[in-house]
Amino acid sequence: MSLTEENGLSTDQNRSPIQNRSLTLTAADSPVVDHGPVNTPPVPRVTQAPPPAAPAAPETAEEGGRRGVKLAKISRRGDRVFSGFAGGSGVLIVALVAFVGIFLIVIAAPSLAANTADFFTSREWTVSGDTLAFGIAGLLWTTVLSAALAMVIAVPIAIGVALCITQYVPRRLSNGLAFVVDLLAAVPSIIFGLWGITVLAPLLLPAQSWLSTNLGWFPLFAVGLSSGGTVFVASIVLAIMILPIITAISRDVFDQTPHDHIEAAWALGATRWEMIRTAVLPYGRTGVVSASMLGLGRALGETIAVMIILSTPAPGAAFNPSVFAGGETFASKIANAASEFDTPAKTGAYIAAGLVLFVITFVVNAIARTIADRGVRS
Amino acid sequence: MTLQAEGRAARSAPAKNEYGRPSGVRTAKNILAAVLVTIAALIAIVPLVWVLITVVTKGLHLVLEPDWWLQSQRGITPRREGGGAYHAIVGTLLISAITALIAVPLGILGAIFLIEYAKGSKIARGVSFMVDILSGVPSIVAALFIYALMITVLGLGRSAFAVSLALVLLMLPTVLRSTEEMLKLVPDSLREASYALGVPKWKTILRIVLPTAFSGIATGVVLGLARVMGETAPLLILVVYAQGINLNPFSDTMGALPTMINSGRDQAASMPGYERVWGAALTLIIFVMLLNLLARGIARASKLKDK
Repeated sequence: MSLTEENGLSTDQNRSPIQNRSLTLTAADSPVVDHGPVNTPPVPRVTQAPPPAAPAAPETAEEGGRRGVKLAKISRRGDRVFSGFAGGSGVLIVALVAFVGIFLIVIAAPSLAANTADFFTSREWTVSGDTLAFGIAGLLWTTVLSAALAMVIAVPIAIGVALCITQYVPRRLSNGLAFVVDLLAAVPSIIFGLWGITVLAPLLLPAQSWLSTNLGWFPLFAVGLSSGGTVFVASIVLAIMILPIITAISRDVFDQTPHDHIEAAWALGATRWEMIRTAVLPYGRTGVVSASMLGLGRALGETIAVMIILSTPAPGAAFNPSVFAGGETFASKIANAASEFDTPAKTGAYIAAGLVLFVITFVVNAIARTIADRGVRS
Repeated sequence: MTLQAEGRAARSAPAKNEYGRPSGVRTAKNILAAVLVTIAALIAIVPLVWVLITVVTKGLHLVLEPDWWLQSQRGITPRREGGGAYHAIVGTLLISAITALIAVPLGILGAIFLIEYAKGSKIARGVSFMVDILSGVPSIVAALFIYALMITVLGLGRSAFAVSLALVLLMLPTVLRSTEEMLKLVPDSLREASYALGVPKWKTILRIVLPTAFSGIATGVVLGLARVMGETAPLLILVVYAQGINLNPFSDTMGALPTMINSGRDQAASMPGYERVWGAALTLIIFVMLLNLLARGIARASKLKDK
């Protein structure tokens, strides 16, 4: 293999040391696969039984042409340095995430203490001037509503696409289809936002007005804006953006359906749909759920597309729960205010909102991972 | 098991009817499912094609001009035609490069730690969980964190470097996860062969494991870059958009393609400045798509396949 080339070994010259070594290893019976940094590296073990009168092995020569004992010392230092680096970056990542949470809390705390409104139930947002009064109720509603609506649209389509790719179309076509859906994930969100408000929103206006005149008795469909900057449009764009995530993961789990299950269903005379319903869908259910949760996490935190699309309601405007109203999500509120972080108190208020968003996405993602893990284990 | 139960049912059912085709209702359901699935696939293709057509028709004539790639927007008002996106292209590439410089070594080392050193341990599970969480952190939260750290606490100004740090948080999980997946695929027999030859562990990783997994790692890095390149939220919060060329990542202004789009989108549709928004959008899409195609090319040329 390439291994011998890498080390410059020519087999006929070094046959005896190699054999000696492999013998020593088997005798030592050490699990080479699973050695942590603490375990004795294999090098000293090799030197325990040096082949009598054997020429220095090429890798030894590479290390400086010395005897084995010297080599062991050098390589151990290299190992320690390298494992230190690797371990350091692992710890750094853990510290980083913990730091994000702690840090946001520390910065937000003074503003939260100075807040005169109820943080969780107020819809007010006054952060300029001396008295701080801000609450997240309005932001929370718009964020959850837009993400939930996006899920309702995206999940069925994503499952359909994933089934189409894995179970219906031939391999060659399915690769192309999968690539197209993956490319959808590559389009930057600002371009989706731009496209959503300039191209998609005008086309959706008739549907919007028809729904609100005919189903307006239902609070979610109440009459809202006459323009396109509504939660409805934002949700459709969000659905497009999370579609590739949900599709990609669902596709993977559907692909892993055991062939025994599929063939058993075929053998029983099932139609294609019955095969999918009895073999593929039950197997992939946990995967689809966790994929949807990941998509939800993405939809909740999406910033720029939502910011471009949603019209910001005038301060003090009456609360309208409709999907045809404008509004602000956590992320769009923060991004809209990006240029006015001038005082620490003001910044703290926005960071408090960011903290809530962080906690929500944290919980959603953690649920997704837990479901996925449980699915793998069972 | 359900399959067995169904098997018994199915064995007894055709005994009454004739063997052969499924009943009308079942056939109808089957066809309905096929139709719905096909419709779903078509719906999924529509937005991509639609977005691409929109951006290309509105932006192509600008992008085809050589000036677009060679000149900045310095001194050009929204009412005037002319100028290019050079400042934004340079800014985007510079910010992406700095991000990659930090995120790639960190991600690869982290993955090596998870797979080669701490496999299956409690620490590994902790790190892995944190990476999952990090991959779910919204870009605006990452930007806020860097803002709080660098600007509120350390008192530094806004800078393109701060943007890069926020983007590192977003790129790290992509690089780490893909590296991890590829390291898992490197056969243990390769490692064992190397150890058996007396090669120290660190050298085994550097010379045997990483080269074997190279293409997969490269794919992950390129995809991570593509994601980071289009991110807008950190740019909005952490750097001021400039129309001129600036190559210093520590000064407080720098142009970038996403912020070029964002700064021009409020103009009236008839203004030349508004056309340039679509030009910038097309340029950004070109870069991101090229990176994606590159990643696909690397993956295809890979020796070590997933399946």
